[in-house]
Amino acid sequence: MTEPLLSVRGLTVEFPTRHGILTAVEDITLDIMPGEVLGMVGESGAGKSMTGNAIIGLIEPPGRIARGEIWLKGRRIDNLPPEEMRAIRGRRIGMIFQDPLTSLNPLFRISDQLVETIRTQLPMSQDAARKRAIQLLDDVGIPDAARRIDDYPHQFSGGMRQRVVIALALCAEPDLVIADEPTTALDVSVQAQIIDVMKQLCAERGAAILLVTHDMGVIAETADRVAVMYAGRIAEIGPVRDVIKNARHPYTEGLMGAIPRLGENLERLQQIPGAMPRLSAIPKGCAFNPRCPKVLDRCRSHRPALSPTEPGRQVACWLYDGVTEA
Amino acid sequence: MLAFIIRRLAQSVLVMLFVALIAFVIFRYVGDPITSMVGVETRLEDQEIMRDRLGLNDPVVVQFARFIGNALQGEFGISYRLQQPVTELILSRLPATLELAVASALIALVFGVVLGVFTALRPKSFLTAGIMAASLVGVSLPTFLIGIGLIYVFAVELGWLPSFGRGEVVDLGWWRTGLLTESGLKSLILPAITLSLFQLTLIMRLVRAEMLEVLRTEYIRFARARGLSQRAINFGHALKNTMVPVITITGLQLGSVIAFAIVTETVFQWPGVGSLFITSVQVVDVPVMAAYLMFIALVFVLINLIVDILYYVVDPRLRVDGGAGN
Repeated sequence: MTEPLLSVRGLTVEFPTRHGILTAVEDITLDIMPGEVLGMVGESGAGKSMTGNAIIGLIEPPGRIARGEIWLKGRRIDNLPPEEMRAIRGRRIGMIFQDPLTSLNPLFRISDQLVETIRTQLPMSQDAARKRAIQLLDDVGIPDAARRIDDYPHQFSGGMRQRVVIALALCAEPDLVIADEPTTALDVSVQAQIIDVMKQLCAERGAAILLVTHDMGVIAETADRVAVMYAGRIAEIGPVRDVIKNARHPYTEGLMGAIPRLGENLERLQQIPGAMPRLSAIPKGCAFNPRCPKVLDRCRSHRPALSPTEPGRQVACWLYDGVTEA
Repeated sequence: MLAFIIRRLAQSVLVMLFVALIAFVIFRYVGDPITSMVGVETRLEDQEIMRDRLGLNDPVVVQFARFIGNALQGEFGISYRLQQPVTELILSRLPATLELAVASALIALVFGVVLGVFTALRPKSFLTAGIMAASLVGVSLPTFLIGIGLIYVFAVELGWLPSFGRGEVVDLGWWRTGLLTESGLKSLILPAITLSLFQLTLIMRLVRAEMLEVLRTEYIRFARARGLSQRAINFGHALKNTMVPVITITGLQLGSVIAFAIVTETVFQWPGVGSLFITSVQVVDVPVMAAYLMFIALVFVLINLIVDILYYVVDPRLRVDGGAGN
């Protein structure tokens, strides 16, 4: 078995506030293999983006990694000094943000932003960096790249801007790309194109992707494995096909049931009753217990740990044998 | 771009016409111009003849048109007090005011931006707390008090700098400058600091607020995620975005620095346009007052125009004519 590219062990992110410490992400453990696409789904506030931010070392203060370790290619990166972490960002780990309308600096030409990033990461002359920038824009599917490169961000449409963002994230051919809701802010009609471009380019370069989204459809089409998050923890993780066809955790079942299918004539859309708890009021035991249709007594008092139930799959639910207490 | 400038020019002309109307009303109806010009012993018939010859019996519209026509040629009549053409008077006093205003604007801009950036980048430092507290003093103390305080410390107690006047000036033909002599430069220091202090604190607080705002934006986070150096992010990306509103305020403040140099000029007996205006008000020298009004309006209009054009240069989004943006 090959060594994982990224290995996260017991990651916990906390936010000290006036009303006590909030735990945004708790005890996350996962591996990403080289070239693999790991999807991460969950509702807003489940801690998906926070996990991505923690991996790339961009948690906004006062948030902090309270416990856990992050290893990249056998090197621990969660406790690096800021300058060393900066050298990893962009070079080893790239990131694609949610909203292409706000992630490009409006006052700088696309060429300036690309060339600056390339030259920060790679020893290149101005001219060589510019050539590379044009090539990158061409790769992400911007027509007439050589001419458009000197345009400003506002002269591009949303989908085109997200392509530019992808080009910026892939500038230095990182080993891992964290895509934080890369299509959420886009028109449905261009979402598929953006996902295709991202997936294809990463595959060509052998880069792994951590794809954070709440769109199960995107995960189903793109990811190799999927981690389902709920209230800051991983509820279930496994190969995409297995998880979708044969969900183990009741929360995952609810998520799958909530996806409307064409041809089905439903009066109402399926939903999971209730709402995800606020970080300040996470219930005792399993965080999902107040909403769970299959709740057991045990769920209300004891928290299940993410435990292997069958090869390649892990679930945090008392319904299955072999699940231990967290 | 051209259409934009022409539109702004047209607006400027309208503003100037309106101010001219006010100046005209002051000129024509604050007291009787004839009584102000002639002595008590002039016969009433002669006064009538004069009135007729000066066109003061013409319809108001014609008089206003003549006022504008004269103003366009730089004619604002003769000062009642000094019996000199008003335009000559103002032009002879202008260098003093402009040198003072530009010097203090430079002080305000340089220190304001530097301190603003510093306090934004080091929000938790003790120095920041000190600077912010001191800036409150700068904003709330009235200018004349600061001026008198500085005179007391540096001129009376320490005796380092002169307490009033402009020092020796060098006549360059059309411009009498105090910048070329040592006593002139020394004389400039205290009034320039006095005049700049309020603007300095204003600019500093503005830069700080804007910078903090910009540092929270997505494009700054994305720049961090690309591994750009802290320097490139702070001084390349963030500062440029901060400057857009700062340019406006600074520009408009330059107008007020010139217009409200009055207080500083009075405290320091600075022989500029402001002190000319104050003495003119004291003796109801109406032509000077009217011309001063027009002059200040012209300054404001010109600065506004320049600020708008600068805006255009800095922010590419305003250049609507270029690019596709589909």
